Amino acid sequence: MPIVSIENLSKVYASGLHALKDVNLAISKGEIFALLGPNGAGKSTLINTVCGIVTPSSGTIRVGGHDNRSDYRAARRMIGLVPQELTTDAFEKVWDTVSFSRGLFGLRKDPAHIERVLKDLSLYEKRDNRIMQLSGGMKRRVLIAKALAHEPQVLFLDEPTAGVDVELRQDMWRLVRRLRDQGVTVILTTHYIEEAEEMADRVGVIRKGEIILVEDKVELMRKLGKKRLTLHLAEPVSALPDSLAGYDLQLGPDGREVVYTYDTKRERTGITGLLTALAGAGIGFTDLDTKQSSLEEIFVDLVRGSAGATP
Amino acid sequence: MNLPAVLAIYRFEMARFWRTALQSIVAPVIATSLYFVVFGAAIGARMQTVDGIPYGAFIVPGLIMLSLLTQSVSNAAFGIYFPRFSGTVYELLSAPISPFEVVLGYVGAAATKSIFIGLVILATAALFVPLHIEHPFWMVAFLLLTAITFSLFGFVIGLWADGFEKLQLVPLLVVTPLTFLGGSFYSIEMLPPFWYAVSHANPVVYLVSGFRWAFFGKGDVAVGVSIAVTFGFLALCLGLVTWIFRTGYRLKS
Repeated sequence: MPIVSIENLSKVYASGLHALKDVNLAISKGEIFALLGPNGAGKSTLINTVCGIVTPSSGTIRVGGHDNRSDYRAARRMIGLVPQELTTDAFEKVWDTVSFSRGLFGLRKDPAHIERVLKDLSLYEKRDNRIMQLSGGMKRRVLIAKALAHEPQVLFLDEPTAGVDVELRQDMWRLVRRLRDQGVTVILTTHYIEEAEEMADRVGVIRKGEIILVEDKVELMRKLGKKRLTLHLAEPVSALPDSLAGYDLQLGPDGREVVYTYDTKRERTGITGLLTALAGAGIGFTDLDTKQSSLEEIFVDLVRGSAGATP
Repeated sequence: MNLPAVLAIYRFEMARFWRTALQSIVAPVIATSLYFVVFGAAIGARMQTVDGIPYGAFIVPGLIMLSLLTQSVSNAAFGIYFPRFSGTVYELLSAPISPFEVVLGYVGAAATKSIFIGLVILATAALFVPLHIEHPFWMVAFLLLTAITFSLFGFVIGLWADGFEKLQLVPLLVVTPLTFLGGSFYSIEMLPPFWYAVSHANPVVYLVSGFRWAFFGKGDVAVGVSIAVTFGFLALCLGLVTWIFRTGYRLKS
C-alpha cells in the first residue's frame, strides 16, 4: 500500500485558476520522490493540498491509509512540512519554536529528541538565539527542525534548496538520505534538475497542473546514458544506403547531417563500425560532434509540451 | 482533544505577553493612574457622588471594562492576524488540530491576558479609592464572560483583517467610542432623554452596568438584562467563529 495516495485530485481556486487537474500519484513508503516542474506548475498547491492547507475541489488523498479530510488528525500527524517561504516567528528562540511545533502535533515534550534534531541540523549552538538573528540558511534549517520535531513518517520539502549555499545544500542532501535510511518517505519539489538526479528514487514532472511523467530515476538515467553523434556530410545524400540499415540513424532534412544515437553504457558503441561502413559506402564527412541529452533537456522538452522526450 | 496543541498555542501567546510586559502591563497601569488623576481628582472634586457612590469609585468598573474590552479585542486580533501576516499560519493549518482547539488556545490566552490586566487595574484603583465589591462572584463572572466574548470578537477581527490598518480599525473606531459612550465615566441616567434612549442600543452599556452592579449593587439597567445581552453577544461571536472555520474564510484557499 502506498504511504501517500492521491486520486483524481483537482483544485480550482476562487480566481478560476485550475491549479491541479485530475492528479493521480502514489508514493511508496521509504522512497525519495522529486516533483519537478516550472514555476506555477502546481507543485506547491499539490503539497499544500496533501498537508491540509489548501482545500481540494475534488478527489481524495490518503496518508498512511487515513483520508486527509475525514481522518485529518491521523493523516496530518504523519506529515512534516517544510514550506517554500522562510516563514518564521522572528522573536521566538530556536528551541522554543521547535518545541512549539512538537506540541502542535499533539506530542509530549521530548527534549532529547529536540536536541538530536537540532544537532543533526547544526542548530544546537543556536538554540537560544532568536530566529531573527539567524541567517537565511539557518532559518531554513529551523523550518526543517520544526518539521522534524514530531517525528513525521512523510516529509514534504517544498523547494528546500532554493537560494541556499552549496554547503547547506549538501548538508540537506545528507539529511534527506539519513531520513530515508530511518524509513522516512521524502517528497521534495525542486526546479534544480541536479537535485532530482542526486537524490530522488523516482521523479515526477508536473506541468500546468497535470502530472505528465512519473518515472524511476534509474530508468531516466538510462535514457540519459544515450548520446548522439552528429556527422556533417561532405556532400548531401538523398537516402542512406542499405549497408547502414543496422545502425540507429536519422538523416537530417537537407541530407547534410546524419545523427547516430548510441548507448554509452554498452560494451560497444558501434562508432568504429559505423565510420568504417560509411567509408565503405563512399560517404565522406567534414566534421562530427557528440552530445549527451540531460535530464534537463528531457524536462525542458516535456514542459514545453513536445511529445518526444527521447534523446 | 489535542491538549498539547492547545497548551502549545496558549504558552506561545502568553510568552509573547510576558516578552512585551512593559507594553502589556505597565502601559495600562499608567493609563489607569492618569484617568484617576484627570477624572477622579479634577472632576471628582466638583462632582461628589453619582447614585450615592463617590465618583472616584464609580468610574472603577468602567475603567476596568474599558481596558478589558480593548485588550481582549486587540490581543486576540493580533494573536491570529500575525501568523497570517507572517505566513507561519501554515503550521496551524497543517497540524492535527481542530478549529475549536485553535480558538481555545488563542482566545484562552487573550482572555487570560485581559483578565490579568483588569485585575492589575483593579489593584491600581484600590490604591486611589477605597473599594468594596458587593457581589464578588458576579464581578468575576462578568470579568470572565466579557474577556472571553470580546477575545472571540477580536479573533474574528484578526481573521477578517487583511492589513494592519483594519486590525486597528475596530478597536479604535468602534470599541473605544462605544465604551466611552457606554457609561464608563457617567451614569447614562445623567443623559438627556434622547441620548439616554440611544444608549440602550450600545451593547457596552449593559456590560458596564452589570459590572458596576457587581461592585455597588446598582446599575443603569437590570442585571438580568446585562447578563442576557452578554450571553447573546457571546453566542453571536461563537456563531461567527464557527462559520469562519466551516468555510475556511480567510484561512484556506
